[in-house]
Parts: sequence; structure tokens; C-alpha cells
Amino acid sequence: MSQSTSPSSSLSASLSTGQADLLTMPADRGGCPFDPPPSYRKEASVSRVSLWDGSPCWLLNGYREVRTALTDRRFSADARHPGFPFLTPGRRELVGDNPSFIRLDDPEHSRLRKMLTGDFLIKRVEAMRPGIQRIVDETLDAMLAKGSPADLVAEFALPVPSLVICDLLGVPYEDHEFFQRQSKLLLDATSPAGTVRQAVDELEQYLTALAARIGADDESILGRLVARGDLTSDEIASNALLLLIAGHETTANMTSLSTLALLRNPEQADRLRADPSLIRGAVEELLRYLTIVHTGLPRVALEDVELDGVLIRAGEGVLCMLSTANRDEELFAAGSELDVERDARRHLAFGFGVHQCLGQPLARAELQIALETLLRRLPELRLAVPFEELSFRTETIVYGLRALPIAW
Amino acid sequence: MHVTVDQNRCCSSGQCVLTAPTVFDQSEEDGLVLLLQDEPAEALHPQVRTAAAICPSGAISLTVGQAVGA
Ligand code: HEM
Ligand code: SF4
Repeated sequence: MSQSTSPSSSLSASLSTGQADLLTMPADRGGCPFDPPPSYRKEASVSRVSLWDGSPCWLLNGYREVRTALTDRRFSADARHPGFPFLTPGRRELVGDNPSFIRLDDPEHSRLRKMLTGDFLIKRVEAMRPGIQRIVDETLDAMLAKGSPADLVAEFALPVPSLVICDLLGVPYEDHEFFQRQSKLLLDATSPAGTVRQAVDELEQYLTALAARIGADDESILGRLVARGDLTSDEIASNALLLLIAGHETTANMTSLSTLALLRNPEQADRLRADPSLIRGAVEELLRYLTIVHTGLPRVALEDVELDGVLIRAGEGVLCMLSTANRDEELFAAGSELDVERDARRHLAFGFGVHQCLGQPLARAELQIALETLLRRLPELRLAVPFEELSFRTETIVYGLRALPIAW
Repeated sequence: MHVTVDQNRCCSSGQCVLTAPTVFDQSEEDGLVLLLQDEPAEALHPQVRTAAAICPSGAISLTVGQAVGA
């Protein structure tokens, strides 16, 4: 192998040589819990890092590079390709499984995704708004009835999207303790591989049993996947699992973190209270500012690709850092600050390319309704503990709060 | 401004419909992009440009200037 730097080449040395910073998981935050984890934030748009298992990887921090890697078909989301970067032992453990479409490339990805895109049409989600509003109001009524103070995560932020996805998918909400506990284990980077394996197996068995019981005339997503007749029971289980987990963990964490961000920026919360028409734009800005998928999206190069003067070789992994891309000053001036009136629509919080979040119309509707309702019905909303005492989920792939004690 | 869409690239994100609802729509069946008008009025150009910029799959193309046939 040659030396790590060669003066005759403008391209950087290969990934396997030279010093590389270790990416830590839990991804600890620096001084501010809203800023991206420091070890995942580099000056350069493309830098060499090494993962927990010692494997090398490229960290992409710039908006342009992240967008390119997520749209260029020379980068694959299929973890079965050698060199795919695994953020946690659990992720590596699951590689041999029947993958859901988030871990497949086109055309297989598109075949499976297309079976669900009709459920998330803008029009269809707009029609769901009254139902979501009812769930939000009833959940809030129950929290208010118990009295102040309360934990917003347990009493509101987690139940609302869980109720919504259960209804859509055809999963009984009575089972929420089971699937919420399993999905927490699954997303926790500190879970041993065996624990993650068991959590996934139990969830898939649960969903397979549910699919076997469901009637062919059932109008839920699960019912329709079963009724198609062209999917194996493994395919049904892995894709239902993806929807169940992606459908509640993400929105739940966004709801609680957004509430906290607004409590920390009370003048912006006041602006939203005064003019609720700002809520749509505010949710885009909160998605950008908080970027809860905080440890990046993994991809592997299938061919040599040059990114910002750096040669990424076939078989090398990249980690697309949505959180730093979303603070790229070229696109978002003063990007480290929350500004609910900023036009943030170019953010990458839902990813980019063909895997961009399938549930984004639903996530937007849930967040807009939940936050607008919370601000309107609780004009005296405040933290019930000092800010410094809050505990953040740095160990999960989806960032958030363990609890958010509030008073009103 | 002339707008074209490529359903073979579209991944049904709905971003275009959110951004420029009078120019783009989605098919009921699978959410693929549908073009409602290919020569949008001047007032719609900013929306259409934003839609093309945030389309995650590069399915929206814009041609501006003389190349546009009548
Ligand atoms: C604020 C809430 C949410 C955020 C921040 C979020 C974020 C993301 C991101 C970043 C991706 C891309 C992953 C990749 O490219 O590797 C993704 C994909 C996905 N999300 Fe979401 N998501 C949210 C809510 C939801 C909801 C509510 C659902 C379902 C109802 C959902 C279902 C999915 C699915 C199925 C995919 C895989 C899409 C594909 O591979 O084609 N998400 N999400
Ligand atoms: S924004 Fe692009 S990918 Fe999304 S629906 Fe429109 S054309 Fe399709």
C-alpha cells in the first residue's frame, strides 16, 4: 500500500490507510443538545472515519455531497454488498435477513415501495386530518385529566403516532407496550446483537401471526398486503415491521424535541400562537433544525465515485450526515439557529433520492396538528424541571428525549 | 417555462404536489407524478422551481427560454 498522502495526486489516499477518527455511538452531544454530535461533524465535506467495529468509512458532511450520494445509483442501500457500513452491532446482525425495501435497491425497492405509495398520497393524508385531530385532542384530554405536571413523551408524543400507525396498518393498539419496547431495543446502539435479533424475531412472528388472522376484506395496509397474494409471509412481515417502527418512533421524537425547541425559543412559540398559518413552515424548519435521524444514512459505493475531489472506491462505505447537511451555511444562513419563518423546504431530514421517507406526508400532518393543538390548548406550557436535567436519547439511531416533564 | 415529468424516475414523495398543487398531482393508484399544466403562468414559476429543486428523484425537468415551442 502506498503512503497515505501523495503530493502528485489531488485525490485523497485510499480509505484503509492513514489515521481516522472513531465515530462513537452513543453519539454524545457537545454543549448544546440541539447541535449535531461533534464526532460526526467535520470541517471537510468528505472525511475518513472509523466505525465501532474498526471498519473504515467516509463521513459526508456537506449538503451537496449528501444529496449526490443519496441520488447517485452508484451508491447502494443494500447492506448485503461487501463494505456496507454498519452503525451498530445490531444492524450488522440483521444483514442476512429478508430485507425490507429501505435496504434494497431498485428495481426490487421500487416494486415493494409502490405497493404502499397509494396510502401516503398527499390527498389521502389530507383526508386523514380530522381523524388525526381527534386522536390528538383525545390524547391531550387524557393528559390534562391526569393533571400537571406530566411527561409529554409518555402521555402525548408517543401515543399519538402509535395510534395513527396502528389504525392505518391494522395493528391493535392494545399491543403498544410490546411493540414500543421491542422497537426501542431494536434502535438502541448499545443493545447486544443477540437482543436485537430476538426483538426483530418476536416482532416478525407477531406480525406474521396478525397477518394470518386478518380477513381478506380488511381495509388496513396489512389486510391489503395479505390480499394481494403475490408477497411471501416474510416479505409481508418485514415491510409491516418497517412501517410500524418508522411510523411511530420518528414522529414521537420529533414531537417532543420540537416542543422543547419551542419552549427554549418562546418568542417563536408566541409567533406560532399568534399566527397558526405559520405552522406548516415551522414544521419544515423544526425538521431541519432537529434532524432526528442524527447518525446519518449508510450507503456503499458499487463503483469508484469522486466526491468533492475525494475518490470513493467501489466497496467503500459512506455515511450521509443529514444533520450537518441541514446546517450547511451555503443553503441555510445561520443554520445553527431555529427560525420558524425561514424557508427550510430544501432540508434533507426525510433523506433524499428514491428512499426519501415514504411516510413524510403523514409525519407532516401529525406534527402540524400535534404542535398547533399543544400550543393553542396549553398557553401556559412550560418545562417542569430545569433544562439541564433533561435526558436525551444519544444511544438510538433516532435522536430524542427519554422524557419531557412539562407543566401548564 | 416548459415543464416535463418522468414517471419512471418518480418515487411518489408528493413534494411537488405540496409545493405547486396547481401544476402537479399524483395518480390515485401509486402516487406517481401527474402534470396538470406544462406551461405554467409566470406567477407559478417560483413554486415550480422549488418543486423541481426538492424533488428527491430528479423527475421534474424545466426548460426556460426560446427553446420552448409554442
Ligand atoms: C418526523 C418523522 C420522520 C422522519 C424524520 C423520517 C425520516 C426518514 C428518513 C431519513 C428516511 C430515509 C432512509 C434512507 O434513505 O436510508 C425514511 C425512510 C422511510 N420512512 Fe420515514 N421518517 C419519519 C416518519 C415516518 C412515518 C410516519 C412513516 C410511516 C408511516 C415512515 C416510513 C418510512 C419508510 C417506509 C421509509 C423507507 C422508504 C424507502 O426506503 O423507500 N417515516 N424516513
Ligand atoms: S417530487 Fe418528484 S418524486 Fe416526488 S412525487 Fe413529485 S415528481 Fe415524484
